[in-house]
Amino acid sequence: MRNPLSDKVVEIQPSGIRKFFDIVSEMKDAISLGVGEPDFDTPWHIRDEGIYTLERGKTFYTSNAGLMELRQEICNYLKRRVNVTYDSKSEVLITVGGSEGIDLAFRAMINPGDEVLIPQPSYVSYLPCAVLADAKPVVINLKAENQFRLTKEELLEHITPKTKLLVLPFPNNPTGAIMEKKDLEEIAQVVIEHDLYVLSDEIYSELSYKEDHVSIASLPGMKERTILINGFSKAYAMTGWRLGYACAPKVIMEQMVKIHQFAIMCAPTNSQYAAVDALKNGDEDVRVMREAYDQRRRYLMHRFKQMGLECFEPYGAFYVFPCIKEFGMTSEEFATRLLNDQKVAVVPGTAFGECGEGFLRISYAYSLDNLKEALGRMEIFIHKLREEKNGKA
Amino acid sequence: MREKILTFIEKNSRIDLKELAIILGVDEVSVANELAAMEKERIICGYHTMIDWSKTSDEKVTALIEVRVTPQRGQGFDNIAERIYNYPEVQSVYLISGGFDLMVILEGKTLRQVSQFVSDKLSTMDSVLSTATHFILKKYKEHGTILDGPEKDERMLVTP
Repeated sequence: MRNPLSDKVVEIQPSGIRKFFDIVSEMKDAISLGVGEPDFDTPWHIRDEGIYTLERGKTFYTSNAGLMELRQEICNYLKRRVNVTYDSKSEVLITVGGSEGIDLAFRAMINPGDEVLIPQPSYVSYLPCAVLADAKPVVINLKAENQFRLTKEELLEHITPKTKLLVLPFPNNPTGAIMEKKDLEEIAQVVIEHDLYVLSDEIYSELSYKEDHVSIASLPGMKERTILINGFSKAYAMTGWRLGYACAPKVIMEQMVKIHQFAIMCAPTNSQYAAVDALKNGDEDVRVMREAYDQRRRYLMHRFKQMGLECFEPYGAFYVFPCIKEFGMTSEEFATRLLNDQKVAVVPGTAFGECGEGFLRISYAYSLDNLKEALGRMEIFIHKLREEKNGKA
Repeated sequence: MREKILTFIEKNSRIDLKELAIILGVDEVSVANELAAMEKERIICGYHTMIDWSKTSDEKVTALIEVRVTPQRGQGFDNIAERIYNYPEVQSVYLISGGFDLMVILEGKTLRQVSQFVSDKLSTMDSVLSTATHFILKKYKEHGTILDGPEKDERMLVTP
């Protein structure tokens, strides 16, 4: 029989997080700090709107780009929150989660051999999606000493004549790093000078704890070079609704809509109606959830300090990324032993790129009580490791 | 800072001072001072425990009583409200807009005890014109807490 598979797809490594998930799933009564989604339920008024539209029988396709009302609300929202003006008719596309937008942008923009710059540690999709689009992914290893921000120098080092697109994943999963306005300005300057485009994944934009999130699209000369990705999963705790959006200059958007039209048709209608309500009436919910995350973030940082665990202070998303290099084992070893020994699941930093080695991703999308219990166990584990180490020495 | 402290302890007054300070990102002494000040100003009126008595063997009956009264010259409703709220079995008294004047929430051990209070004490007060008593059959939610909500984490253990 002929080989049924595409070589390109076969060569792509399965997500490292998947592997760890399989290990954790077999461990009964493990407590997890490994989740990448909010612990809050979707606010009731949003769910209620979803139910209501189902009852009313609003269950048909929407236009390919999505409900006009939703696109307009997204434009209002972006104007209000990040001060970027988009045209709802030609520059906004409703997608199936932020992930679809990432895939579409690559496919709409890349010619074989174009180089895509991917800062890591970062979300697991960028690299495989770039490969699927025939790009040559070029990884930029971010450093803890820069609080895992992308610096101008790091960017310059990786640019070649073939570089076309920079992925900018901030606030960042898994590090919790943010890029402030001054950081973005430096990047924007390089991007413009080298005639690049930016895929700015801002899915965690509402979860910024230092200052309000700044979108690179809001900087002078950048809107026409930016594909802005955002969605409802993180800000409104709507992961399972699978709804995101992409905003891009018309010439790029037209091609993205074309792919979306043939591959997806339209994002779930029900979710789109619910999302209209989220944008119209959800600001307060977002504020309350952000405050709760921020409280947990402070608590976690305090506990790490007490444990003497090295960790830079993250100001975004709902992750902390402590360093475990002092224990002389790989992230995966550490995570596996922590799981077996104390039944606490965390994700090895390497799941998000090789430079995540020596780090762990710890999610604080959990109640304070939950965090307390898990950190208590982690502390016991760390003391044990240190004793072992000192015993040997 | 006051609003942040209050919002937090309204849901969890048992948190210790040190933790509260860490969580709010302020120092412990200022939290302690603010708490003391708010207690003194009667912004914080107590640290009660929310109990679902229906799950205990203790029988309790709760009634909401709509009361129509004649306000008194110079006193408005305050006087009559005071005469009602001084009864220890009265849990809450609110002045209400709309079809009646006072909402009285009463807790008793038995139906009879509650009815007796209404017929003997409440309806016989001079300014009380009429009462309508509603017994609570089941409490679904109280003080923003769903009483029977099972807290189960439906999420997968590890996700990207």
